Order: sequence, then structure tokens, then C-alpha cells
Amino acid sequence: MNPLELLFQPGIVQTVVLGSALLGSLAGALGAFAVLRQQSLLGDALSHATLPGVCLGFLVAGTRDLGAILLGAFLAGALAALSVMLITRATRLKTDAALGIVLSVFFAVGVVLLTLAQGRPGAAQAGLSTFLFGQAAAILRADLWIMGGVAALASGTLAALWKEVKLVTFDPDYARALGLPVLAIEATITLLIALAIVVGLQLAGVILMVALLIAPAAAARQWVQSLGAMVWLSAAFGAAAGVTGALISASARGLATGPVVVLVASAVVLVSLVAAPGRGLVWRWLREARARRAIAGRRVLAAFQGIAEAHGDRTYPTEEGMVETLIGRPAPGVMDRLERDGFIRRVDHPPETTRHWELTEKGHARADRERGDRKP
Amino acid sequence: MIAAFFDSPDAMIVLTGLLVGTSAALLGTFLVLGGRAMLTDAIAHAIVFGIIVTWMLTRQMAGPVQVIGAALAGMLTVVLSEALARTRLVRTDAAIGLVFPALFSAGIILIALNARHVHIHAESVLLGEIGFVWLDTVTLAGLRIPVAVLTLAIVLAVNAAFVLGLWKELKLATFDPVLAAALGFAPGLMFHALLALTSVTAVAAFDAVGAILFIAFVIVPPATAFLLTRRVGRMAALAVLIAMASCVAGYALALRWDVSIAGMMASMTGAFFVAALLLAPEQGIVARALHRRAERAANDARTLVAHLFTHQHTAARDAENTARALIEHLRWPETRARAAILQGLDRGLVRREGGLLCLTEKGEAMARGIFDPAGRAQRG
Repeated sequence: MNPLELLFQPGIVQTVVLGSALLGSLAGALGAFAVLRQQSLLGDALSHATLPGVCLGFLVAGTRDLGAILLGAFLAGALAALSVMLITRATRLKTDAALGIVLSVFFAVGVVLLTLAQGRPGAAQAGLSTFLFGQAAAILRADLWIMGGVAALASGTLAALWKEVKLVTFDPDYARALGLPVLAIEATITLLIALAIVVGLQLAGVILMVALLIAPAAAARQWVQSLGAMVWLSAAFGAAAGVTGALISASARGLATGPVVVLVASAVVLVSLVAAPGRGLVWRWLREARARRAIAGRRVLAAFQGIAEAHGDRTYPTEEGMVETLIGRPAPGVMDRLERDGFIRRVDHPPETTRHWELTEKGHARADRERGDRKP
Repeated sequence: MIAAFFDSPDAMIVLTGLLVGTSAALLGTFLVLGGRAMLTDAIAHAIVFGIIVTWMLTRQMAGPVQVIGAALAGMLTVVLSEALARTRLVRTDAAIGLVFPALFSAGIILIALNARHVHIHAESVLLGEIGFVWLDTVTLAGLRIPVAVLTLAIVLAVNAAFVLGLWKELKLATFDPVLAAALGFAPGLMFHALLALTSVTAVAAFDAVGAILFIAFVIVPPATAFLLTRRVGRMAALAVLIAMASCVAGYALALRWDVSIAGMMASMTGAFFVAALLLAPEQGIVARALHRRAERAANDARTLVAHLFTHQHTAARDAENTARALIEHLRWPETRARAAILQGLDRGLVRREGGLLCLTEKGEAMARGIFDPAGRAQRG
């Protein structure tokens, strides 16, 4: 049976879509906290660090038992998070060095265990390497229950501790002053992130899991301003990226899910960065262009008024070159716009043939207002 | 005999590891000190994209074109992350975490799409194939030298020339970037050069140890050395030694347990780090715990001396200057009280007179030092 037919068997499509949506939304929702707490790279370190746990789970269980593999991955992730904390507290090494050490050493141990596990019978069926780059098509119906359980646990914890988590995310010092157990709450958030990473492994794989965690959240941040909205939107982006990626990869032979999911999520980020209303680059560019135009017009009017005052003549015909001498050549279109808005008026000043302008009364009024002193 | 050396697979595998480890440790010293360790992570992932794109453009899987082309992808990550962070729409850490997975994913997909033509497998990207480096050789001066060894030797020479040649400048740029900028040494440019060399080294090491294990060689030995010394020169030298020891020990263990050679070498860097974290002479966890204990004991002895001094000429002396009082009045646990008294006796600060504790000459002097550090009482 070719993969396409396989995909369009209703049961399998349902499982893959449901699983990817579940994993994507969970990773997206919890990733919001990783991004806001500036722990994106901790997410990267933790996802790489789950590899030895995945292999150990397989070695201990002896088969591809998702429960054992996820438990192993979670324990490895938690140990990695603890190690980062221990290294940053006990030594003068900076956080990024601690992250790099934990990431690379855990991954190296994972590689060693992987070669050990691949020597065991049953490893091929276990598809351990699908955990490297993710393979949504490998999600089994029975796995959905485990994922659903983890998702319920994570979202339940988040809902129960919502107020505290929000406060610790944005203002840990104030939370400490209120007497909240900040360290415990931070540890809970980190554990939840580790949990999201662990269940997401099947979708995105050990190496790319960080993108499934960060990208939806970074995209969501551009569109909304409140934590609740960000978490929901991030979950929606994550689910969309997960489902799209899973379907694309399942319909092409030999394409792992992780890279496809990540590219879809990256595209969402790109669109958000460019186009999100208010924050996006297009909007910023428009705003800046408008501000630049306004300032250019203001400077020209001020120059006209200065020249008029110096000559004691409110309608003094000013040559374009005089303005250039004073404030440099105005940007193209500035004079035309001022004329169109009725601030300046073209006048002839024979015998000279160059362009001359005079300030209208409206132009004087605007220049006065910009200068901040209203003359009687 | 030299030919025999180059014909021995074992020697070549270890030599490849040593070359990777030495190059990485030299660069890693300044990356770790400068707080840029995680950029190595980004670079190491992104070169996968560079390698496949260079192959698609030039059909070359080795040689200088491939090394430089792929290294450009590493720099692309750095530049893109910095540009993204400069928009201030996302923070620096998220910017790094967004850019390199995208490039890495694109690379993996391109590899999968060209799988029929390219002899790189997605898994070898991660694991490396150091075990096969001796298969692909060139003949140079009558010797059959593995291509990987030759490439890595050249890369090591360039790295060593850069680091040793710009030693002072790198040190200045790392520890005082503001002064370096004021003196015109362009610390930003210096670090970009360092990252460019890291990219080049990552590409050269890619075949041997894989993209991700390379990170271990860059970060872990320098971080280990950092725990052992406070001087940059010693740190770099120690990092190189640790990297070398990891290669040799890792190879031996990998043969013994029949596991991934590169993985075991990288794991050994971790083993050395854990050892240093626990046992480093000054900064190790054990040394610092012992130091804290010694300080607490010394402090208890001082407290004991002060206590005895306060009560020695008062009516309460018989009740206060006893071991019992330490437990009942100072609320010390019995073991702590006993340890303090023993230390006082050992250091000749205290002597026993029946059940009473009395200060010796030396103890008196110490107590006067505590209560009257400037010695005013004697002068006045």
C-alpha cells in the first residue's frame, strides 16, 4: 500500500490529525511561557537532553512502549533542568555555557545509548530514530490516550495556578514580595515545559522540538497583548502547524514530520513579524514613513517662516535654493505635499526663473503651532 | 613507520578526534568566556543547511568550496538572529531559537528530497562517522592520509594562528569590550571572526563527529578548564588537554562497549566536566563544602573563646564556662559543642580545669582581638 492510500484510511488520518493537533497545541500553549520568561534556549537544551531518556525507556521496557519512553524522556528532561540550575548556581559559568554543556553532554550520552539500543532486537520496530526528527505517522491510536492524559494534566495545572504563574512570569520580584513560593512555581513552569517537550517529541523530534515550542508563541506575541490571548493563539498556531506538517510529511515518502512542522511554524512567524497589526514590520515601516514625512514638512515650514520673519514680510517669496541652504534639500514630494495641503503657494518672482514659494496664512498658523508659541 | 601510523585505522580515528578537540577547545575558550556558547549550537545546526545547499550548487561534498560554502550558512544564522533580535519583536534567545531550527529543517528536507543522489543520511548529521574517516584518503608526499585528517589539520592551523596571533586582542575584547572598542580593536568584528572560524571548524568536523556532538567539543572542555583555573592561557591549554584525554578515553570505551565512537568521546568531555564540578581544587562543590565547614568550625571556636572571655571573671563563671552551657545556653547541638571544644583544645586556645573551660594565654589574646580589635583598652 502506498503512503497516500495509507493516509486516507479514515482511522489513521484521524489518529494523526488528532495527535498532531493535541501535541501542537500543548507545545504552543506552554511555549508561551518559555518565550516570555526568556527561556527559549532552555527549551532547546531540554529537548536535546531527552534523547538519553528516550533510549533508556526503550532499553528498560525492551519494546516501543510509549509510556516507558515518555517517562524516561521526562526524567531526563527534569534532570537536565536541574543540572542547568546546579551549574549556574554552583559555578561562575554563565547560563548559556550551562545550557550548552547540558545540551551537548546529554545528547552525546543519548547517542551512545542509541547505538547500544540499536544493537538490541526490536529496535527497528521501535523506530527509535523517529524520535530524532519526529514521525507523526507513527502515532498509534493507543498513544492518544497517553497524550490526552498528559495534556489534561498540564492544562489542569496551568488553569489551577494561572494567577500565580502569570505573576511569576512577568514580575517574579513582586511575587516574592507577596510571599509566593516563587522557586516552586518557577520549577512547576519548567516541569510543564519539559512535559510539553516530551509529549511533542513524536511530532517534532528531539532536535527540532524547540521550534515547535518557540515559534507559535513568538508568532502569537505579535498579534495580541494579553497573556491569556497569547496562550490560546499560540496553542492554535501550534495545532495548525502540527496538523499541516503531519499531513504533508505523511503524504511524501521518507519525509520526517519535524522539519515540515518547523518550516510551517516558521512561515507563520515570518508572516506575523511582517504583518501583525500594530507591531509588525510593515506597520512599523508605515508609521516611520509617516513620521519622517511629518518632520520633513515641519522643518520646511519653519524655514519658510524664519526667512519671512528675517525679511519682515509675511508673504516673502522664498526661493527653493534658500531653503536648501538653510536645511538641506527637502525630500522629494515634500514641497508638493505642502502646496497641496495649502501651507505654501507658488509665486513668480521676475526676473528670476527659479521656483519661489510664499507661506500662506494657514502655513503661518501651522508653523506657529509647531513652534509652540502663538503670536497674537 | 610514519606510513604505518597513517595506515592504522585506530591511529587515524584518534588523530581525527584530537584535531577536532584541539580546534574546538581553542575557539571554545573565548566563546565560553564571552557568553556566546549557545551560538555554537545554532551554528552547528545551521551548517547542515549549508552543506546540502553547497552540494546542490557545486556538487561538492568535500574540499575548500564545501567548507566555506557551508560555513557561510553558519554565519547566516548568526547574522539573521542578530537582525531578528534588533527588530525587538522577539528577544535574543527566541531569535536564535527561531532561526537555526528553520535552517536546519530546510537542510533536512533538502537532504530527504535529494536522498538518491547525496551520500549523507539525516542520522549521520547527528552521529558522525568517525569510524570511517580512514577510508577516504589522499596521497601526500608518498603517504596515504585521510582527507578528514588533512582538512582538520589545516583548519587547526588556521584556528591556532588566529587565536595565538590575536591573543591579546581576543582577551581584551572578551573581558572589556568597551575598552577594546575605544582602542579601535572592533570587538564585534573579532567575535564575528571567531564565529566564522567556529562555522568552518564545524563543517570540517561534521563528517567525523556530526553536527551536534561538535557542540560538546566546543563548550564542555573550555567550561571544564574554566572551573580549574582563573587564567585564560592556562584555561585554553587545559581545555586542549581535556579534549585530548576525552578523545583517547572515549575511543577506548567505545571499542570496549561497542557504541558510537564520537558519542563516547563527547560523553567523556561530560565525565571530565562532572569530575571538575565536584573536585576542582578551589571552585569544586566538594572543595567549597569543605571550605564552608572549616570556616564554620573556625567561627565556632571564636564564639567559644568569646563566650569564655565574657564570663571568666564573673560570678556566673562556674555555670557558664562549661561544656553544658554551650549546649543549654548557646543552643548548640552536642556534636557541634564537642567539635568546638576539641578545636579550641587542639589550637591551644582553651584548657580544661576539672569541669571548667579556661582560656589559655593565646585564647585571651584572641578574645581581646575580638572585643577590642584596635587595641584601644591597652593604650588607654
